[in-house]
Order: sequence, then structure tokens, then C-alpha cells
Amino acid sequence: MKSFAQLFEALDRSNSNLTKVAALEHYLHTAVPEDAIWMVALFSGRRPKRQINSSLLQQWAAEVSGLSDWMLAECYQQVGDLAETLALLLPSPSQTQQSPQLHQLLQLIQQLQYANEAEKKAFVLQYWSQLAGTERFLFNKLLTGGFRVGVSEKLVAKALAKVHQIDEAAVAYALTGKWQPDQMTLVQLLAVDAASDASKPYPFFLAYPLEQAVADLGATGDWQAEWKWDGIRAQLIKRSDAVYLWSRGEELLNEQFPDLCEALSGLPNGTVLDGELLCVENGQILSFNVLQQRLGRKKPSKKMQQTLPAALMAYDLLELGGQDLRSLPLHQRRQQLEQLLAEHASPALLLSESLAFEDWQQLTDFREQGRAQLAEGLMLKRLEAPYEQGRKKGSWWKWKVAPLSIDAVLLYAQKGHGRRANLFTDYTFALWEGTQLVTFAKAYSGLTDKEIKAVDTFIKANTLEKFGPVRTVKPELVFEIAFEGLQPSNRHKAGVAVRFPRILRWRHDKTVDQANHLTDLKALLPASL
Amino acid sequence: MSHLLEFRPEGMYCAAADVYIDPWRKVHKALITHAHADHARWGQRHYIAQEHNEHVMRARLGKDISLQTVAYGEALHINGVRFSWHPAGHIPGSAQIRVEHKGEVWVASGDYKVENDGLSPAFEPIACHTFITECTFGMPIYRWEPQALRFEEINQWWTEAAATGKNCVLFGYSLGKAQRLLSGLNPSIGPIFVHPSIAQMNDALAAVGFQLPATLPLSSYNRSVHGTGAMVLAPPGAAEGSWQKKLEPYTDATASGWVQVRGNRRRQSLDRGFVISDHADYPGLLQAISATGAEKVICTHGFTALFSRQLREMGIAAQEERTLFMGEGGADAQEEEA
Repeated sequence: MKSFAQLFEALDRSNSNLTKVAALEHYLHTAVPEDAIWMVALFSGRRPKRQINSSLLQQWAAEVSGLSDWMLAECYQQVGDLAETLALLLPSPSQTQQSPQLHQLLQLIQQLQYANEAEKKAFVLQYWSQLAGTERFLFNKLLTGGFRVGVSEKLVAKALAKVHQIDEAAVAYALTGKWQPDQMTLVQLLAVDAASDASKPYPFFLAYPLEQAVADLGATGDWQAEWKWDGIRAQLIKRSDAVYLWSRGEELLNEQFPDLCEALSGLPNGTVLDGELLCVENGQILSFNVLQQRLGRKKPSKKMQQTLPAALMAYDLLELGGQDLRSLPLHQRRQQLEQLLAEHASPALLLSESLAFEDWQQLTDFREQGRAQLAEGLMLKRLEAPYEQGRKKGSWWKWKVAPLSIDAVLLYAQKGHGRRANLFTDYTFALWEGTQLVTFAKAYSGLTDKEIKAVDTFIKANTLEKFGPVRTVKPELVFEIAFEGLQPSNRHKAGVAVRFPRILRWRHDKTVDQANHLTDLKALLPASL
Repeated sequence: MSHLLEFRPEGMYCAAADVYIDPWRKVHKALITHAHADHARWGQRHYIAQEHNEHVMRARLGKDISLQTVAYGEALHINGVRFSWHPAGHIPGSAQIRVEHKGEVWVASGDYKVENDGLSPAFEPIACHTFITECTFGMPIYRWEPQALRFEEINQWWTEAAATGKNCVLFGYSLGKAQRLLSGLNPSIGPIFVHPSIAQMNDALAAVGFQLPATLPLSSYNRSVHGTGAMVLAPPGAAEGSWQKKLEPYTDATASGWVQVRGNRRRQSLDRGFVISDHADYPGLLQAISATGAEKVICTHGFTALFSRQLREMGIAAQEERTLFMGEGGADAQEEEA
């Protein structure tokens, strides 16, 4: 645990990727193998199942530290992270002892699933009284889950590639999917392939937003254009007579979409498709809102499967006949994809159309129609490019339709979490309805650190009321709020719900009475609704 | 019972003596706890402060200010009210002001810390009926470890940087923090350079007898002469200035109580954050308050609402008053930017 804490500190302190990779390499070289694989698991987003709920941890910490519940809650609000709050509040350890190794501690934590509450409490209190500083913080982190430390899976893959002297792409592939750090070694993990684990997905290739002028991409003939579908990215695997549906976050979605898995079970073994998960009724794509209703259900009812049928809009073929096609150029993969889909026609399996266009102007016109197509914009893919992995610039670009926007008034503010704890960064915005301001959206991002500070100062000096952590602010600041779309909603006070609201810019030039009215927002509703 | 000190729009006011303590608007007579900008404001007709502030205050507020100084413990009578200045341990020259009138004693503590930093005279608890306290760090998540541990960390950071061919840039405000850091640095590791605003404060304190390690002016740093491995002290307000360019490659850090919380530390976008504060931590505040034996406590700046509620739950009559004092990172940082 001590060396893991040292690694954490080194990563936490550094802003340089080189230094971080070096620290990870050092750990991989020196840690016992059981610890090394756990480190890889934790830093690639896998976490031990939570065995103790956080309200119990808070209750025990209040007991041990002699603090009132309200003070503990205020401290949590101030710090923004429960594991850290508790680590800071607990009394200094009475006896310092050699801490157990990382994997031993994790094993002990996992065994708590068989323990009763008193046993759990005794366990936690014992380690609280033994561990100090970073080790105590990390112990709490292991208990509460989430492990965000400013180190990406990519950096972990880089370090692993160096230490084990294998290709970085192979490491990234090995890290995908479901694997249990307590049931294998790193060497075994790095050797896993589709033959030993049929469910293993390929790392997704992710596009960068197009920032330059589209004409700068060169000859139109080098590019394939498709709609950028407004669903969720998914990878569908058919191997060894089984279907696996993975989300981009590498969650297995089989239970949520049994209809889709069933419909596609007829695909030949050794097939992997990359595409967009959508709800499609009679060939008509339904809005993201509909898909969200399905995503919200762990196990959808038969009726829901019938009324909101799921489909895969396929746009790439990564494996066919058990052959990894990723190194082939897109036009060859596309050809095989079209052929495969022609042979396996199903209402649940659609081909993402390749848009024919003569010149960039025509494509620009297509993009303008994106919203009417229920698409977020266009995807541009270089025809000669292989299927790469991770987010890379060059061969895939996403070219979104310009967002809708409206000028709104800051009305409520709340403190942020993590890096933004102790600053007011979570805002609620309102529009005019007659002489009243009606809230319609919450937004968190879009301001620079400097602007956040300035808004924070304004909020502190212009608070009208406090409701718990929420402050009502004097209506004075106007911001342009961008969003991707909107729809009528009974659950929102404004009667409208906007998608992906974010702050586009601070309108210093506008006074409150120049902000938009709710009727302006409603005018943007799609006509069909 | 009348109030010996009351809170007016101008600042803390003693009606019996017709004077203010650390006023934030212009008044005829200002009694000053210490020379930070939120306590010793520009433009007062007449200042009275502890004697170590003689040069510091003139350097900051103007050579020609009307300034009267007193020694720690020395009594000053104004209209039958007895005033005296007692060490607050915050920065060199910082004081709590004790006010006594007709048997009643109030103490306005300004800013203070209870750990003896070896540079400023150590905090002295003063028995009183009413204690006016800051609570910049009045939450239990703020607990300081002995400064020796932190200096060890800083010197270790410097040693490692020097060994890897880097300079160190350490941020701390010019008056107080900078001198405290200086006195904890190990000069055998390398040369120490200071920003002009720190050099000015060093000189002002040296003139009244504070002994500080030798430093070089930042402008004299020259790669071909000094190489790397230098320590540079600068105020936070000077961060991201063009002067940093010539120090590359360097590693940077801040010394502040706020960096106790990881989110605050990371928000600074600096390589390191060392938990060193010139304000009392939560246990320090409680310890100081209890040592005064005060029946009433007035919380003026920091987490006033939480801290006074905590005190009331502990059976101490506590209330909050609105002031314009800012605590660490508030005035301290702002004055550097000015």
C-alpha cells in the first residue's frame, strides 16, 4: 500500500505525461505482480464492488472524530470528495503499522461482502487507526469506489507497453472488456485475445471535432461522409455462437438490449461491428430521448422492446470470419460491411449511408440539414485510413451542426466538486416569462478558470438567499447558453428540456432585461412536435 | 453592559477612546494589528502599530504616514482606555490588541497562529471577557502538522530539483510567508533569489532586527553564472510573469493552508503545494479561544457561520460580525497584485 501511495502522490503532483509514465513504469517494475495488475485495473476504471455504503462511513467517522453530523456534511461540501474528507477529519493514527499490500487490502475489502455491519465497522476503524495521510485517503477511495487521479488509461497502456515490451495497441486491446484483476496476472492479461475470450472488444477509434475549414481536408474524393447519428456508440460482437454488445464505456449492454442481441444472433461467428445504437421504428429513427428511456431500464419489458425497438446503425466492420480487419483501409472494410449487411438483412441492422457529394459546399449544405435528420452533424472518414484506436487527429473528424443558443440569466449557483470544490461553478439559468424569470437549464462548463473566479466572486458578493448548498443570486449576469436540441417536457418548470446545455460565452454586453424570453426558446422547438 | 468595541461601517470602533482598530474606511486614528493590506489600509490620518512595523508600513503605505509605534506589552492610554499590543504569531510585527476600560477587557486578535514559527514572536494567550477572532481555517479539515515536517518536504523538493537540473519557484506572499519560508530553507542546497517585493519587505524587517538568510535579487539570476538548482521566492500575484521564462526548466510550488485540500492544490496548476499557513488551524483556533477564558467570542472572517455555530454547541457564546478582512489568499494575494 505504501508504494501504491507513493505512486499516487507522484501522479498527483505531476502535470507532465512523461513523468507520469515514468512513475507508472517504476511501479510496474517494483511492485509485486498481484499489486501491479490491481493498479492497472484501478487506473483503467475498474473498481472493487462497494461493500459499505457511504452514509455508514460518514456515521463512523463522525463517531471517531467527535464531530457533529452537520459539520461533517459541511466539510464534505467544502472538500468535494468523501474519501478525502474522511481522511482529513479522522484523528491522527494512534499506532503506525506496516500497511498491507494493495492486493491484500483489496482482498480483505472484497471479503466484507460476507461480513455483518459490526464486523465491517471493526475492519474500517482498525485501518483508520493505522493508516495516515495518502494511505488513509486511498483506503477510503478503495472503499467508496471511483478512482480519478488524472492518469488516463492511455498512459497506463504506454507504461505497460514499455515495461512488457509489447506494442501499445496490443496493450490497449488487452485492457478492454471485462477481466478480473484478482484472477489473473498481467502477463496473462496481456496475452488474452479473441480466441481465449470471445467477448473481448476492440478499442474504439474516436474522432476529433473538426476545427479547420472543411475545404482544408483536401480532395473530396479522399473522404467518406456519413451522418453523425445521435445515439450511443456500440460494438457488436458475434463469436463462438454468442452475441456481446459493448458500449464505448465498455459496459456490456446485453441485458438492456435483449431484442437487439437476439435479432443479430444470426450473424456469422467471428464478426465485429462498430456502429451507433439507436431506437428505430419502421425504418424511422427515434429521438435520443426515446433511446434514453430504454437506457434507463436495466431489464426492459416485452412491451418496451416492442414499442421502442433498438437497432444498430453499422458503420464499420472490424472483424469478419475471425480475421481482424482493422489494418485494412476504410474503403475495403466498407465494401465487406455492405456485403455482409446485404446477406443478413434485418430491421435491427442498418447501414450508415455514405453520403454522395460533389464538393465541400454540397457537404456543408448537408450539414445544415443534420438536425432534421435527427443527426448531430456529419462524420468525415479518410477512405485510405485503417481503423485506429483512441482519440487521434487526422483520419476521422466529427463535424457537428452549429448548436442552438439563447441568452439567459444566472439565477442559482452551487459549489463544484473535485478540482472545483469550494468555487461556485454549477449554475442554473433562467429566461423571462413576462416579468418573471423561469429556470430552464443547468450548466457547468464553458468558462475559463479566470471567468469562473470572477463569477465566483460575484456570487459571493450578491447572494440573496441560501437553501442548503444552493444560493440564489441577484439576477445580473447574462450568459449565452448553447444546446444541442430541445423538446417539450412536463418535468421542467419551463415546459421545455434542452440537451447538453453549456455556457458558450459570458455576455458582458447584455443587461438582464436583454436576456431572451421563454417564448424565444419555445420557438426553436421542432415543428412536428 | 456597553460594548467596548462595536462594528461600524468604518470598522471596529472603540467609542470610549474614539479610535478604530484595523478600519477599512478612512478614519482619524487607526490602531493596527498587522501590516497586511486588509488590516492596515491606505489613507488613515494617523496610525498606531507595534514597533516592528515602522519600516514595513512606511514601505507599503507611504514614507510620510503619521505613524506612532509601541512595544509589545507597552500600555497606551487614550481617554482613559488602556490599549496594549501582544504577539499574535501571525507575521513579524503582528499583534493582538488588548482593550481595557473600567475593568472590562476585549481582545481584537487580527490574524494569528498558535504554532511558534521561530521568526515572529510566539502567540500569547491574553485573558479577556470578549475575544474577537478570525476563523480563516475554522473547519476541522484544516489541521497543520509541525512546520519542521513541511520544511523537510520543501528542502527535499529543492534537493531533487537541483539534482535533476531544475530551478525551484516557490510562491508565498511578500510579507510574512516569504520570510518564514526563507528561515526554513536550507541555504546549503543552492542560491536563493527573491522577487523585488519580497526583497523590500526583507529590508524593512532587517532594519528592525530580524535576521534572515542572505538572498540575491531575482533580476541578477543568470543561467551561465548560477546554473540551475536555484530557489526563487515570489509572491502569488507575480505568477505567470515573464520573469519565469529565464528560470526554465523549473518546478513550481505554493505554500498555503488551502492546499490541504487536494482540489485546491490541483486548481493551482502548480507542481507542488506545501501546507504552511500563518493562520491558526482548527484545533489552534479552539485552543486559543479556550486559553483566553472569554465569555463571548466574535468571529470576523473565514468560516464565521460554521465556526460560531460550533462554538455555541460547545457552550461558548459566539456570534459573527461582517468585516472586510479576508484571511489567507484574500488580501494577501490581492495586495501582491496591486
